[in-house]
Amino acid sequence: MKKTVSLTLMLFALWLLWSGIYTFMITSFGVASVILCVWLAHRMNIVDSEGHPAHLALAHITYGPWLLWQIVLANIDVSKRVLSGNINPCWVRIKAPQKTPLGRVIYANSITLTPGTTTVQLSGDELLVHTIHREVGEDLARGAMASRVSKLEGQD
Amino acid sequence: MGGVVDILSWICIGGGLFFSLMGGIGLLRFPDFYARCHAAGITDTLGSILILSGLMLQTGIELNLARLILILLFLLFTSPVAGHAIARAAHQHGLEAQVDGEDVTDA
Amino acid sequence: MFVVASIGILVCMSLALVRAAKGPTVFDRILAVNNMGTKTVLLIAVLGYLTGRPDFLDLAMIYVLINFIGTFAILKFVKYGDLAQAAPPEGE
Repeated sequence: MKKTVSLTLMLFALWLLWSGIYTFMITSFGVASVILCVWLAHRMNIVDSEGHPAHLALAHITYGPWLLWQIVLANIDVSKRVLSGNINPCWVRIKAPQKTPLGRVIYANSITLTPGTTTVQLSGDELLVHTIHREVGEDLARGAMASRVSKLEGQD
Repeated sequence: MGGVVDILSWICIGGGLFFSLMGGIGLLRFPDFYARCHAAGITDTLGSILILSGLMLQTGIELNLARLILILLFLLFTSPVAGHAIARAAHQHGLEAQVDGEDVTDA
Repeated sequence: MFVVASIGILVCMSLALVRAAKGPTVFDRILAVNNMGTKTVLLIAVLGYLTGRPDFLDLAMIYVLINFIGTFAILKFVKYGDLAQAAPPEGE
């Protein structure tokens, strides 16, 4: 029930941001479409902690900027490799330490979002990652990002 | 629009163009498919982050700012999933990567 | 200045287009086209500011989602040769 209320509020806030016209008729269309969307989401059974992970929103306030900084660093690194041609691709096989599937997906997505590392397979808790250079792969295997995501996941 | 904000926004857009260009060059230069995935990732992340931030600085506080933030969020949510899907499809298809040496593991 | 930005993005798009034309595998082409889609989003956003019509941002937002779904549709079509049927279960 809490999830439904928060989903409704979020969808309506989104609608208000998009619309820009706040007459009575247009806004009531908005209310109707929000109700339709929530009803559809209910029918699809996706209003749960996986489909609507509102409980992770607060934790993302610290994780987001950290990930952004990692992305900036990785971008500069990969750009240098583009110019110098100094690449040494390798596969990395690591275990995702997160408990829930949602945590693992966040971890795999974070890996892919960082240039220089691409998650190729995620089965169970095993990740197959392609990295652009052995150093990048060894850095990933040390697991700084994994422990960050575990912490993010634990804050629910 | 203050002069400083204007200059800052052009620095952002210029940086975004630079990184997009790096991504494009990498897409052409890198030797195999999996390496090209990384090059594509540069454009998807920092290229779009910087260009959209530059536009945000041009906008100021209004509704369009929310739209730009949402575009950025959508891009950051969808691009890794799409990139992963392409790489996974190639892997399942049996496309070999040019790799040197053994696999790195965390054990 | 927005002209410079859009020309820069067009140059990047042409680089991706070269990769899409060269291949060699179908996955390279899909990757290049997906990448071009991302740049198209940026181009639409910049064009909106260039022409002084920020309404273009709505189009950009929709284009992100279409690009995402389109990539998946093409991948599915490449793998199964059919969009209408559900994918067979994993491991077949």
